[in-house]
Amino acid sequence: MAEEISAPGGDAPVDHTASDDNYLTHGKGILSWLFTLDHKRIGVMYLVAILSSFFLGGVFALVLRTELWTPGQTIMTADTYNKMFTLHGAVMIFLFIIPGIPATLGNFVLPLMLGAKDVALPRLNLASFWLWLTGATFAVVSIVVGAIDTGWTFYTPYSTTTNTAVVSMTLGAFILGFSSIFTGLNFIVTIHKMRPEGMTWFRMPLFLWGIYSTAIIQVLATPVLGITLLLLIAERTLGVGIFDPSLGGDPVLFQHFFWFYSHPAVYIMILPAMAIMSELISVFSGKHIFGYKFIAWSSIAIALLSFLVWGHHMFTSGQSGLMNMIFSALTFSVAIPSAVKVFNWLATMYKGSIRLAAPMLYALSFLFLFAIGGLTGLFLGSLSTDIHLHDTYFVVAHFHYVMFGGTVIAFLGGIHYWWPKMFGRMYSERWAQVSAFLIFVGFNLTFFTQFVMGSHGMPRRYYNYLERFTAYHQASTVGSFVLALGFFIMAGYLLHSLVGGEKAPANPWGGATLEWETTSPPAYYNFKHDMQAGDPYDLDALQWDPQTKGYVRKDPRSVLLSAGEAS
Amino acid sequence: MSDREHSSDGLAVEHHFENADQQYQSAKLGMWVFLATEILFFGGLFVAYAVYRANHPEVFVFGHHFLDKNLGALNTVILICSSLTAAWAVRAAQLKQIGMLKLMILLTMLCAFGFMGVKAIEYNGKWKHGLLWAGQYDPHVEDHGEVSHDVIGEEIPENAHVEVVTEERVVETSPAQPAADADRSAIAPAAEGPAGLAAPGSAEAEEAGFEIEPANAQIYFSIYFLMTGLHGIHVLGGIGAFVWLLLCARRGYFDGGHFTRVDMVALYWHLVDLIWIYLFLLLYLID
Repeated sequence: MAEEISAPGGDAPVDHTASDDNYLTHGKGILSWLFTLDHKRIGVMYLVAILSSFFLGGVFALVLRTELWTPGQTIMTADTYNKMFTLHGAVMIFLFIIPGIPATLGNFVLPLMLGAKDVALPRLNLASFWLWLTGATFAVVSIVVGAIDTGWTFYTPYSTTTNTAVVSMTLGAFILGFSSIFTGLNFIVTIHKMRPEGMTWFRMPLFLWGIYSTAIIQVLATPVLGITLLLLIAERTLGVGIFDPSLGGDPVLFQHFFWFYSHPAVYIMILPAMAIMSELISVFSGKHIFGYKFIAWSSIAIALLSFLVWGHHMFTSGQSGLMNMIFSALTFSVAIPSAVKVFNWLATMYKGSIRLAAPMLYALSFLFLFAIGGLTGLFLGSLSTDIHLHDTYFVVAHFHYVMFGGTVIAFLGGIHYWWPKMFGRMYSERWAQVSAFLIFVGFNLTFFTQFVMGSHGMPRRYYNYLERFTAYHQASTVGSFVLALGFFIMAGYLLHSLVGGEKAPANPWGGATLEWETTSPPAYYNFKHDMQAGDPYDLDALQWDPQTKGYVRKDPRSVLLSAGEAS
Repeated sequence: MSDREHSSDGLAVEHHFENADQQYQSAKLGMWVFLATEILFFGGLFVAYAVYRANHPEVFVFGHHFLDKNLGALNTVILICSSLTAAWAVRAAQLKQIGMLKLMILLTMLCAFGFMGVKAIEYNGKWKHGLLWAGQYDPHVEDHGEVSHDVIGEEIPENAHVEVVTEERVVETSPAQPAADADRSAIAPAAEGPAGLAAPGSAEAEEAGFEIEPANAQIYFSIYFLMTGLHGIHVLGGIGAFVWLLLCARRGYFDGGHFTRVDMVALYWHLVDLIWIYLFLLLYLID
């Protein structure tokens, strides 16, 4: 069903004078947003909602770090501290980082990359956003009615006996899980059924491979979390005894169930970040991606291996020695596909002409921080060192290097990369560089010190600590405020760009994927013409156009689906 | 502006699909992926079942005697019939036989209500005798007028009106059996019954079909209620979906042969049916 091909703008697929009728202006009023079926608007609503959660979780983190400035009480009681670290974890994990990249950038970019008008199941997409809001409401209710102090892992038997608001928080996480399942399901169907002419599986942009692998995990692992949390709720309200030793149940079974989801969940978090990385590294090195098939397959390999390693969270929970050895060996094997990706990105950069624009600064930060995060994972995966490091700040630091240094940093890179496409405005490059620098320095100061104190035996989640850890804790706290300053500046220049930013060209960075072939911001139905896909990393097909201050295709007809026949 | 176009065969095609086939294929793949998530959702409970049955087989052997195989079998037959009528409904929608479609949906719903009715009878019996999940587990029999936490005297009276073959099982509260209580915290009795551990005199009881309750028997009932309860919620969801289909049929939605919705609901219903078959095998037919 081709739209009129002889639209104003002639043969060019991109009308560079962005029309006033785009997805942001198409339909007015709050209801036209809340009940939209447009994937772009849903993506933007997710972005607002998820960044708000990030802000909330960040405030909890700063409160925690402030409390840890001195041993003993600094600003709050031990009970409040327990609630704060639980809320920091629960909000960051369930509200922010799991839905994070797929729900925001995935929703916005995925159909555009496919040259499609929308995701395959737009109503389900809106339903998933509403589920997210419902789940978030339950989480907020639980914060208001007395919070929760179990840690974000809800371990039994403590979670079945504490008198804090476990039921509303777990119900919130349960509902958020279904939001995540429906997003994943939608993406699987969309990628299978809506690829354009010319886009075979191995000509998909690697972003789609990463999102697809993520979706597989979302769909297969999240239901198990759903039933686990449901059992926990039943345990607290009815006393079903499955996890409660006083009724004949087994609390360690809860750990198995929980980690059967929650370990794959960390790959739900990191795989989309790796997906963004493949785009950034290629575009900002001005080179075709190196080792396309290896990167694509390594995403699938990570998705599959992720289901086989959950036991490494339970080395000290009384598993048999044989189980521990098997889980340890499988854990090491995850390092292989991860390293395959990193080496391919490095090879892509080799002899490239690297532009240090803000998205690339984040991509380079990712390489550095993810390497540290990934390698310290091997310390924790080997049995003998894990006994020493288990439940210390070393684990906290490792987790944050992977999740913050990996996922959040790549998410920021992705936001900076697609921001002009999403809102049609350029942000201040200079301020973006300042903020990227502050975040990098602040992050390392916050978490590298935690590696050191962890290896010296500082346990995680403790309110009090020995005098000799004071210097490390204070350095870490200073780092966290530097980090916050970086984010504060970022919020400033991004918000400013919405009103005062330069108008963005259709293709400011020179990417060859299809989302750059429409205006910035995109039209309501995305593309004026039916698209066909070529090599997503053929950057030589583009050239700089000083008039629009963006890149244009040397042969604009190459991405149009049989232009002659369609008219 | 209309978001829908009509292709030559009269089917509504959403704006973002190229043709009706792409739309149908997308819906179908989406449904299959959803069914995969449903299997994993139940999977957690099946794993819990497997873990507890492997560790405490005697609890399952003991507990299953309190379920009525005949009612379970009846429900299995009901659900299999409903799967047939659901599949028939899909065929009717494809052939645009709207009257037949409505009839088949109604028959499927009738089966679903029948299933829930039988389930209600079963739950009611368990409720009366305190055979509930662990937190509410308080087995007792009104006839004997005695309530015991450790030992069950149970004649399965709720089955009296059905033709039941199950033999009577009575466990006597004999003062000569202090072992039963001590065993609860120590070694669980063997699956075959109390032969080696029981006090003298219980050999007769065993011959008479008596049985001593093993430790943690409540876990069986927890798992029974969780699995059948979650399945029951899915049956209720199915009934809701069939009501929706009936409303669609009344509005004339299926007049053009647009059968996707019937097909999707039927797929879901087959899965609900399939899960019940496993529940019947695993919970009712243990020996």
